[in-house]
Amino acid sequence: MFVLILLGAIIISLLVGGWPTLRAFGLAFVTSTDWDPVQEVFGAAVPVYGTIVTSVLALLMAVPLAFGIAFYLTELAPPLVRRPIGTAIELLAAVPSIIYGMWGFFVVVPFMAEYVQPHIIDTLDGTPLLQDLFAGPPFGTGIFTAALILAVMVVPFVAATMRDVFQTVPAVYKESAYGVGCTTWEVMRSVVIPYTRSSVVGGIMLGLGRALGETMAVTFVIGNSNRISGNLFGSGNTIASLVALEFGESEAGSLKLSSLLALGFILFVISFIVLAISRLLLREVKA
Amino acid sequence: MSGVASIAAVAGQPARDPGVANRLSRNRKRSNRVATVLCIAATVVALAFLASIIFTLLRLGFGGLSLTVFTSVTKPAGGNGGLLNPIVGSLIQTAIGTAVGTPIGILVGTYLSEYAGKSILGNAVRFVSDVLLSAPSILIGLFIYELFVNGRGYSGIAGGLALSVIVIPIVVRTTEDMLKLIPTSLREAAVALGAPKWKAIVLICYRAALDGITTGVLLAVARIAGETAPLLFTSLGNDNWSLALDKPMSSLPLAIYKYAGSPADDWVQLAWVGALLITFGVLALNVVARVALRPRR
Repeated sequence: MFVLILLGAIIISLLVGGWPTLRAFGLAFVTSTDWDPVQEVFGAAVPVYGTIVTSVLALLMAVPLAFGIAFYLTELAPPLVRRPIGTAIELLAAVPSIIYGMWGFFVVVPFMAEYVQPHIIDTLDGTPLLQDLFAGPPFGTGIFTAALILAVMVVPFVAATMRDVFQTVPAVYKESAYGVGCTTWEVMRSVVIPYTRSSVVGGIMLGLGRALGETMAVTFVIGNSNRISGNLFGSGNTIASLVALEFGESEAGSLKLSSLLALGFILFVISFIVLAISRLLLREVKA
Repeated sequence: MSGVASIAAVAGQPARDPGVANRLSRNRKRSNRVATVLCIAATVVALAFLASIIFTLLRLGFGGLSLTVFTSVTKPAGGNGGLLNPIVGSLIQTAIGTAVGTPIGILVGTYLSEYAGKSILGNAVRFVSDVLLSAPSILIGLFIYELFVNGRGYSGIAGGLALSVIVIPIVVRTTEDMLKLIPTSLREAAVALGAPKWKAIVLICYRAALDGITTGVLLAVARIAGETAPLLFTSLGNDNWSLALDKPMSSLPLAIYKYAGSPADDWVQLAWVGALLITFGVLALNVVARVALRPRR
């Protein structure tokens, strides 16, 4: 009971706090790209865009990696190393997000600025479309780096879920596939994945929910500028990073504070939907 | 080439032309090998990330580790300060979060496992608790801000409460899971002896589930010890020595956040020391919790 009330209270408090903003700007709050504290004009489009782009990019990088790990841990790894490696991956999930932020800022960002980004920009120079996608100043920070760090953070969650659902596949199914001469990879593709498809998607959605709300790590590396840039090395912001940065400068009762709370409400709605879908998909198998 | 078709080709009908069969077999073996190598590579990459994080922390944090860190409070840049007040602040707020969150979490978990069953309310609570488990922590900070801080000022107790909101769903989940593992026969035996239901739960079930619940609490502590986002808007951080619960309170993650972005070298150094302390604290808690849980499985 208490938990239900808690969730309700969170929604209501964010809605009440954000209400002045929603009333002042209406639907335009979601579509406007302005964020001008001086003029008291606020719009949510940029952080919402940044949130979704970084999260989706992060998943694009994390899912193949997580899948590989889960496959390795369930089918390939010798029993002796299975547990230590599994634990190590779980520890990756336990590292506090602020540590990822520092690590990203002091290790990944210089690395990206020095090696990865100039290289990619040089290589793709002249290729239409891709050239524009990967353009931008090679400062190391930006959407791409943020997504990369999010990917590292999300991998253990997705991998752990995938490993757990892969283990629910009855051994008989796998053994019969091996019995007719399948290779390990064929068993994976033709037996395990079809059997666990909805749970795998659920695990991915769970990772997406994590990535959407991640604050500290993203704040460190995304560059924090309020504009939509079409290229991936450009800076941007996300809902969570914007809230974390601007909160200290907002007076109680101001329209800006209210806008931040309204942003929080939007984030809550997005992540609630994603997490709800993921729980429903994951539950199917358990039941 | 689809997996099923190739299986059928190999397993069902013997291929007429040995050359085709050989090629097919070679292709299948090759794709198997490619997949294997890629999967091992993925695992290695993930482990490399972990190694890189730990290595970086050790390299940059270990050098700054000294007694001053534990005995001196934070000072202005260049003032040879320590991390005493963030460390103590972190301990206090984590303790509040655990002390408030654990009993509530255990009660809710007990309700779900022993009383709610598959009722609509039980399922709703279970679902909401699962969603809260992965809800963005910054929203929890905003929520506590709206509820307790707005108009009343930042305080250590608000920080602790925000952390307790994170603790609750974790404890709910482990409590429910652990109570479910207890055989019904144990409960029936207690009831058959004339024990009322609550007595059976408190004296029999809790005792049997104690290890598992402890593990859950430890994991929850590890999680909140490193949380930053919810504290930004609740306890704010404090550069001075303060134990007052109704005043802004410092904490390690907040100090790291503040110092890591600063231009002063000694602050950045302190941030790394703090990061080292907190990461190894959290990782140690995780390892202890997992080792404690292991024999149960």
